[in-house]
Amino acid sequence: MKSLEEIKKIREEKRAELDLRVNTASNSREKHILVCHGTGCTSSKSPKIIENLRRIIEEKNVENVRVVQTGCFGLCAKGPIVIIRPEDVFYSLVKPEDAEEIIEKHIIGGEIVERLLCKDVDNSVVKKLDDLSFYKKQKRIALKNCGVIDPENIDEYIAFDGYKALEKVLFEMSPDDVIKTITDSGLRGRGGAGFPTGKKWEFTKIAEGDQKYVVCNADEGDPGAFMDRSILEGDPHCVVEAMMIAGYTIGANKGYIYVRAEYPIAVHRFQIAIDQAREYGILGENIWGSGFSFDLEIRLGAGAFVCGEETALLESIEGRRGQPRLKPPFPANAGLFQKPTLINNVETYANITKIILNGADWYASIGTEGSKGTKVFALGGNVVNTGLVEVPMGTTLREIVFDIGGGIPNGRKFKAAQTGGPSGGCITEENIDTPIDYESLKAIGSMMGSGGLIVMDDSKCMVNLAKFYLGFTVDESCGKCTPCRVGTKRLLEILERITEGKGEEGDIEKLEKLSRNIKNASVCGLGQTAPNPVESTIKFFRHEYEEHIKEGKCRAGECKALMNLWIDPEKCKGCGLCKRNCPANCITGEVKQPHVIDTSKCIKCGTCITKCPFHAISNK
Amino acid sequence: MDEKRCEGCNGVDVELEEMLHKYKQDKSNLIQILNEVQEYYGYVPEKAQKAISEYLGIPMAEIYGVITFYARFTLKPKGKYHVAVCLGTACFVKGSEQILERAKSRLGIDIGETTKDGKYSLEATRCIGACGLAPVFTVNDEVYGKATVKMLDEILDKIDSEV
Repeated sequence: MKSLEEIKKIREEKRAELDLRVNTASNSREKHILVCHGTGCTSSKSPKIIENLRRIIEEKNVENVRVVQTGCFGLCAKGPIVIIRPEDVFYSLVKPEDAEEIIEKHIIGGEIVERLLCKDVDNSVVKKLDDLSFYKKQKRIALKNCGVIDPENIDEYIAFDGYKALEKVLFEMSPDDVIKTITDSGLRGRGGAGFPTGKKWEFTKIAEGDQKYVVCNADEGDPGAFMDRSILEGDPHCVVEAMMIAGYTIGANKGYIYVRAEYPIAVHRFQIAIDQAREYGILGENIWGSGFSFDLEIRLGAGAFVCGEETALLESIEGRRGQPRLKPPFPANAGLFQKPTLINNVETYANITKIILNGADWYASIGTEGSKGTKVFALGGNVVNTGLVEVPMGTTLREIVFDIGGGIPNGRKFKAAQTGGPSGGCITEENIDTPIDYESLKAIGSMMGSGGLIVMDDSKCMVNLAKFYLGFTVDESCGKCTPCRVGTKRLLEILERITEGKGEEGDIEKLEKLSRNIKNASVCGLGQTAPNPVESTIKFFRHEYEEHIKEGKCRAGECKALMNLWIDPEKCKGCGLCKRNCPANCITGEVKQPHVIDTSKCIKCGTCITKCPFHAISNK
Repeated sequence: MDEKRCEGCNGVDVELEEMLHKYKQDKSNLIQILNEVQEYYGYVPEKAQKAISEYLGIPMAEIYGVITFYARFTLKPKGKYHVAVCLGTACFVKGSEQILERAKSRLGIDIGETTKDGKYSLEATRCIGACGLAPVFTVNDEVYGKATVKMLDEILDKIDSEV
């Protein structure tokens, strides 16, 4: 148990101690080696790097150095990432065995390990994180602490203004003041639909009920989105704090966070955060003598995409099948256990503390007319710098894909980007300069969604992509509404036929009609948006559908049934890469001589296409 | 805890009993308990379903409904080596379908199946959140990023040669 005075003291002392994390001019004698401990880098053995660094420091008795595990730095493509502060030196693609050299050469010798420095897209060697083109156009608000603090240490969170917003709210603001601030900031729900957050808080506050709940939706089901996971892994306390502020505002003393069980690190860190907050008396009864009490509990999801829909999520917390409820009544009036409930997404909560501390005007000054603040995107697919990016609303897709993302690898061309996952649509070359905000994306037939942004190059077949998304929705449809349950299945069957070369005249029109029906007749957001990938790909790539159906051709070469691979002898340099990578061993040829594919043995896996540096292999 | 023992717990494993008693006899704890059971046994055995049913006062049919609704819960044990190929969008775009096809043909099983000898099981997962390393697949808890068909072959070769 810590008093408010004690918390303030921790903040002051820790902040001075950790100044070197954010101040490159710090004259601290200490050095901090920050190692990314997010899911991406953990998969590439970052825990082993931490272990080695600590062991070597102990063995060599090195002083004034600390190894810190942090959340995600964002540039997953270059992971595992190690950063040395205060000098801000950025090491990429670090291996556990590099630990010794980092300690010996950098920490003891004061020399930079050149070979571990990161190469930027233009091949220049970059020393500092902020000099990377990946970071230049970013603005970190929701991800502010990710990659700066140790997420498992509450003191580090407190050092960087942690629980200061809660203090301000409890002692200086009335619930109505909070609602006004959130409303004026222009913050909208980051889960996808973009409902004004202030309104949602207000509705739940005025709803009558003896018990109210605050819920955090961390069921990040959109495949390809991982921003919520990264926030929970890198800065869990900011979500705890925001949920408490929400509780105070709407009059709730109990909160639930619903997290996917597929995110074990996030669950683990959030539990630590709850335990530490309880230990400090920040969660509990009569917090800091303010009269406000609040407690928080984790509920695990179990792998159902539909549970990201708010009412399905509530059903699931209550222990049932996650089938959406009819609205109204909205959760603000009859939510969890039929009580007034406020549900926000992780990223939405991650913005709250910053808005309270910096004011509504500050937040509203960032972004566009209708969409304020920043948005975090999980940039993936055929792009050089895959990872997590946070940009002001209004940034264009071109800036994200080319300036931040570094463009398309392997000399290929940009074909489309998908936002909004299985509920969204694709954005093509012609719309690539559209500023990204809720309205503009809707206007071009896509949606913001939770922030998955998948880039596709010209080797991707858009019919196959639509088929992929429909396969997903068929699996994930909860089955409550027939148009969604059966309709998506029929859509998938038609798409399967087309990609197998059995498409018929009139199929496109059938797809369009069925899509409209499904959208009109489904209860929840999943069904209402399930046909979006189909409609959007037909809208922008109708000619590809027609080619599949009428000419039996898949220009991208992805649809196996329509595939007949050959190597262009004019372009083939005989490097042998295709031969070495072919799992069916069906490519033959002498070095420096054009190679040939034995189509009778070819399993049409397409590995050779992706491996060929000369683009000599294509679909005939 | 003794006086709280329910009749349904009689005759079931001590572990299962301990798992149940960590939770209050509240219906909303069903999914929490199932998660723990799934984690422990690798599936949800019938005896566990029965015990949960009696403990929480939820009919077996309803529990079965919940188990089959959520992808994480399975009714059959997984193989000793559980291969899961990610079919999230980022992985799909980077060609994880080819890895899945290879895994299917090599192991001779379809998604959701276990080989007859119980050695391998195969699953297509939706996004494990390592999109920056796409395509990825996992074998038990080990994650393999920037994966290729060849990489899968090599890893399966290695497992095969160990036995």
